Order: sequence, then C-alpha cells, then structure tokens
Amino acid sequence: MSASTDSFLERAPIEARDWLVQLLPAPLQWFTHHLITIGAILAVFGLFFAFTTVAERKLLGRLQNRLGPNRSGLPKFSALPWHLKHKLFGLTQPFADAVKALTKEDIVPAAADKLLHFLAPVLVVAFSLLTFAVLPFGRNMVPVDLDAGLLYFFAAGSATELTIFMAGWASRNKYSLLAAMRALAQVISYELPLLLSVVPVVLVAGTLSTNEIVTAQGGWSFGILPHWNIFTPWGFIGFLLFLVAALAECNRSPFDLPEAESELIAGHLTEYSGFKYALFFMAEYFGLTALSGLGVTLFLGGWQAPCDFLPFIPSYVWFMGKLVMMIVFFIWVRGTLLRLRIDQLTRLAWQFIVPLALINLGNAAFWALTASWAGPLQLVRLGVSLALVVGPFILLGRRLNIGRGPRTYRYATS
Amino acid sequence: MITAAPAPFGQSSGPTVRRVNDPLHGDLLEVSMGPQHPSTHGVFRMDVTLDGEVIVKLKPVFGYLHRNHEKIAENTSYLSSMPYTDRLDYLCSMSTNWAYAMAVEKLSGQAVPDRAQYLRVILAELTRIVNHACLVGFLFNDLGTSFTPLLYAFREREKIIDLFEALSGSRMMCNYQRFGGCRVDPTPEWLAAASKLVDNFPRFLDEYETMLTGNEILLARTQGVGRLDPKHAVNAGITGPVLRACGVNYDLRKVDAYGFYPRFDFRVPLGEHGDTYDRYMMRILEMRESVKILQQAFKVLPAGPIMDPKAKLRGFRPKPGETYGRLEGPKGELGFYLLSDGTPNPYRYRVRPPSLINLTLLEEMCLGHTVADAVVILGSIDIVLGEVDR
Repeated sequence: MSASTDSFLERAPIEARDWLVQLLPAPLQWFTHHLITIGAILAVFGLFFAFTTVAERKLLGRLQNRLGPNRSGLPKFSALPWHLKHKLFGLTQPFADAVKALTKEDIVPAAADKLLHFLAPVLVVAFSLLTFAVLPFGRNMVPVDLDAGLLYFFAAGSATELTIFMAGWASRNKYSLLAAMRALAQVISYELPLLLSVVPVVLVAGTLSTNEIVTAQGGWSFGILPHWNIFTPWGFIGFLLFLVAALAECNRSPFDLPEAESELIAGHLTEYSGFKYALFFMAEYFGLTALSGLGVTLFLGGWQAPCDFLPFIPSYVWFMGKLVMMIVFFIWVRGTLLRLRIDQLTRLAWQFIVPLALINLGNAAFWALTASWAGPLQLVRLGVSLALVVGPFILLGRRLNIGRGPRTYRYATS
Repeated sequence: MITAAPAPFGQSSGPTVRRVNDPLHGDLLEVSMGPQHPSTHGVFRMDVTLDGEVIVKLKPVFGYLHRNHEKIAENTSYLSSMPYTDRLDYLCSMSTNWAYAMAVEKLSGQAVPDRAQYLRVILAELTRIVNHACLVGFLFNDLGTSFTPLLYAFREREKIIDLFEALSGSRMMCNYQRFGGCRVDPTPEWLAAASKLVDNFPRFLDEYETMLTGNEILLARTQGVGRLDPKHAVNAGITGPVLRACGVNYDLRKVDAYGFYPRFDFRVPLGEHGDTYDRYMMRILEMRESVKILQQAFKVLPAGPIMDPKAKLRGFRPKPGETYGRLEGPKGELGFYLLSDGTPNPYRYRVRPPSLINLTLLEEMCLGHTVADAVVILGSIDIVLGEVDR
C-alpha cells in the first residue's frame, strides 16, 4: 500500500515531522529528523511508563482483592469541580511518585564503588532505551530501519543485565552481590532461548529487518484471519517460548530472582534510594515495553490490523493496543505465579526451552519448505507441524516434573 | 571444614569472611539475614554461611523480642497474666488463653460448665483456621507471589477476626478465657454469623487449592525441600503440624483428650515425606478438619452458664502445688507450667512455646538447600516471634 492511499490520521505524525524538518536549513535536517524521532519516543514511552506503573498497581490491586492507588488527584486550585477531582482513579499517582523519588535523599553506601554505583542506573536506562530504535511503531514509523535490526535489538537489550551486575557489585552489599550473580546466571541461561525462539521468524520471513518482518505478516485469509506468525503452529509455540524468555529477560515474576523480595530484600536495588531507584524501575518497564513491542512485531503482526475492514484505524493505534495487551498479560502473570529457584530457572531454560526452541526451528524450516503445498497436502503440512509442537512439549514437560506431583494423605487411625 | 580467617585489622574483608580449605570451592559468604528482613516473620535472625547460594551453616538467633514475660507473670496475680498471654502468640490469643486457663484450672481443681467447654473448642478451632490461613498465605509470599494468596487468606482471616472482636472487644488480643469458664456469652446472632462463616469456609479452601496446590512451581519449590526425619523430630521435641508432616501420629486433642474434644468426630492428617509441601498440606487438611469440628459444635452447643458460679477471680489463691497444662495449639504443643506456693502470684511460671522448639531444627532442615529454600522452610515451620522470645 502506498503512502498516498493512507488515511489522514495514518500519515499525520510522519507528515508533521517532515514539515517541521523542511523548515530548517539543509545541514540541520538530518539531525533534526532524528532528534524529533528520539523526542517522540521519549515522550510517548515516558508517559507510557508512567501509566504502566499505575496500571500495574491498580491491576495487581484488583487481582488481590483491593483497590490499588486511588487517592492522588489534581491539586486543589484546579478548575475541575470537586467530584471530578476525586474521580481521577489515582491517575496522577506516577507524577506524585516522581516528585517523591526526586526529593528523597540519595544514599550511597560508604564502602560502595561510587562511580559504578552512579553509572549503573544511568546506563540501565540508556541501554533499555536503545532497543526502541528498531521497533516499527506503525506503517513507515520505524525510527531506524536497520538491515540487522533484530541483532541490534538483542545486543542492546542484553547489555541491561550487565548493568544489574554492575549495580550489585558496586553496592558492596551481600544481598546485592547474590542478586548480581543470579542476574548473570539468568542472562546466560535466557539469552539463548530468547534468540532461539526468534530465529524461526527470521527463517520464515527471510530477513532480520523488523520492518520487513511486519510487512511479511500482512494480508488476511477470508478477510478475518490475519497472516500473523502466531497463527501458525511454529509461531504459536515460538510465541510462548518468547514470552517465557522475555519474562526472564526483564526479571519479571516468576523469574524476578535478582530482586527476589522475600529472599534478597531488594536484590541489586537494596542500596539504591531516591531517583536512582526510580531509574531502575524506569529501565525495567522500558525493557518490558521493548520486549513486548518485539513480541508484537515478530508474532502478532506488528502494526497490522486483525481484519481486512479495520485498517482505517491508524497502524500505530494497533501497535499500541497490542503492546498494552502484552503488558497486561505480564502484569497478570506477576499477580498469579510463584517464583522459581535459580537452579530450577536454569534447568527450565536448558532442559525445556532450548530443546523445544531447536525443534521449533526445524518445524519452521519444514513450514517454509512446504509453503508451495496445496489442497489436501496443506492439511498434512498442518498436521506434521502440529505434531512437531505438541509431541516434544508433552515429552519434555513430563521429563521436567519427574518425581513430583500432587499427593494423597492418610489419616491417623486411632 | 571451615576455618576462620579473620581479616587483617583495619582492612575490610568485603563480602567474603571465611575460607574453605578446598581451593576449588573458593570463599564462603556469611550473610546475616534479619532481624530486619522481609521474610523472617518478625525480628528473627538467621546467620547463614553460603557456598554460592547453598547453605553450609545456619545459626538461628533470637531474643530481639524478649519481654521478660515469665518473670512478669511471677510478679502479678494469676488473672492479670491472662491478657499478657495474648501477646505470646498474637495470632492465636484464644487458644493461648485457653492453655493458661487450663493450667490454672488444673492447679485449683475448678470445673468448667458445658457451654464454656464448647465455646472454648469453637474459639480454639476458629483460631486454628486463622493461624493456618495466615501461615499458608505467608508461605506463598515467601515463595514469591506478590501478595496475592496472602491477601485472599487475609480476607478470610478478617471475617473470623471480626467475630472475635464482636465477642471479646478485641481483634487479636482477645483476653477471653477465664479460670472456670469464659468472659462473655455470645449472642445467638453471633453464633449464627459464626456458623454461616464456617459453612462457607470450605469454599474458600477449595478455591485456594484449585488455584495453588497443584501449581507446578509450588511442587518444584516445596516437594523434597526441608525434609525432617521423624526420629530427629521426636528427639527434638517438635510438635504440631510440623511433626505430623513427618508421619508421627501425635495430636494432643487425641492423646490428652482434653476439653470436650473426645465428643467430636475428626481425623488427624499425617504426612509422609516431612518436607515443606507436606507441612503446607497438613495446614490445609487441618483447616478442613477444624471446619468439621466447628460444624458439630454449633449443632450441639448447649444453653447454660458460661462461668463456674463458685469460681473466684479476685483474690484467687490456689493451694500450693505444681501443674502443667497443655493443649494442641495451631503451632504445636503449647504448655504452661505453674508452681504455686499459696500466694496470689505463681512462684514459677513457665511457657513451653511450640514456635521456639520447632525452630531448633531449622539448620538440619536447611543444610544443603539454597537461601530461597531457607526462607520457605522457615515459613513452613510457622513461628511467631512473640512466642519464640517471650
């Protein structure tokens, strides 16, 4: 679809930027072009982060039979009538939190490595922001269309774990140190499954460019079934594996071992206070958003609309909608599951996810090879592919739980 | 295996404190978990020595909440110790009260009217439900759920605690039992509300179990973790659900048959493996049995006085002698030893706290497991620091 046939809303953000850029003299244009993109990403995802925290707290509250934050409203001098001020559902909570974090005392332990202790929260935000550069947020809306966009994403994303190690080491706290070791074990175990779960998409799409991967998922069968990767057998299991690995990568429950509250107090965050602490949280949510965005891009069709009569809604709205869905899912998981132990975490990665992802790679190769099969052969293709998903899943899953299971109990006879 | 290698004077040794002789293993890490730690259930401290994340040595340190309970009780009259026993196990004041009242009644030979006996059973079993529900919730919290199961357990606990408040005037510090009976007679409305709550409680348990008991992560985290050998447990004097989880059939409600327990039909669940999962399941199954006892008790609760008319509360002077009153508290055998010399104060007052004695085998259960497991094992033992330290 060419840009000229797009609706006005679809074109508006891009055209606004281009109009602004062409006002400036030529030598500044390239620079301004990117500056505006960066500014837009910071503004949109900064606000998105702010409201994700409220959403998380409120959703967790609802999951836990309580209300969540609902007290913060607009200040007294606002022009709003009284009843509205008190019906803002605590939406101004993140701003109150930000002010609180900024005004808190910043405590650095006497024995800490001051430079690293300072650098860790700064770098963690920087690295997690870098990953946004290659996400296609809408049609023609990828900030940097790299040929090896995916590689870039993982290179930038995995650097955040190093900053966690940095924070843990620099704090000179035993809990932080334990957390740092856990973070390293986790990154080594889960970087591979994350990559392996993504490789089938690359294999089928034949490109590492995120933009082209989304384009490859365009089109619909019968007008209502989109050609997203998640609707293929290998894509479905790949998406599940990606979700698990992504949870581990962003240190979210049930893989929140580095900051295991009940064991290590706050893990690598134990010795951080004030705004540095807030920066870590910001980075965590940025990482979560970026990985969710990648999941949307690779498996959920990116900015593509789900039905053929829906593309009148702008592509970036679809992207954000899917992103919110992913994040709500992550919050739901956090409110539900227990935490794994570090050895179980690594065992899950090496004995379950990695073999499954490798089999899935073969599955995707089979799917790509048989793309020309037609008629009843298509059913054969689907059947073989499904068998390659379900069989290993059940077998490997059983192996993981040997010797464990629900028990029955006897009662004393006397 | 471990030799002390003190750091040179004036030089911080950093995180490593001790060195293993084996150069392959590197240094051990000593961590003082607590007294300010989110998962030590109060001001309890574990001095753990770690090899990587595996515990090679664990020393429980307590006494941060020591309040001189026993000495204070020896300097006041028998009755004025009653509200003080609430503070021992502050989650289960009703059964702690009963244990103390039982010891004093044994000392003075007082009889307790039928209605009071039934009320005591009702309140003790409600307390057991409160305690076990809290314990299970906190155990899940230690296992890393971000508060969800805990808050649902607290929702149920809150209902029972509201009942306690309606009856005794206080949510947790009930101060309800008296020597020779109970303090307040519940109204019919209270009994109806309590009966309705008890009838609805299994639904909560079913929901809880459906959501959590079969969870694969729970099974992986708790099965085979923190095993306790029955012989070891008996030798150490472990009681309560922790002992029964090892398969030892010892429930004072059956063994001593105190109060009106022989009149009720209930079973004692026994574990097999003695691990954390068994300890968790013991609590769930005991709550179900408690519900059975309560349903029977509400049916047969007789009318009548709740206090022995001859009971003397003020100026109470038991004859010289000694006694030991004990009952099956939610955490184990809770006993009061009293030695009377005929004065209004006990000459010797001693508490047998189940929390403290169950804690003594913590190191044996934790050795070879990771820090994450130690937290869970501690949670499954069920301690209340008010009782551990007294």
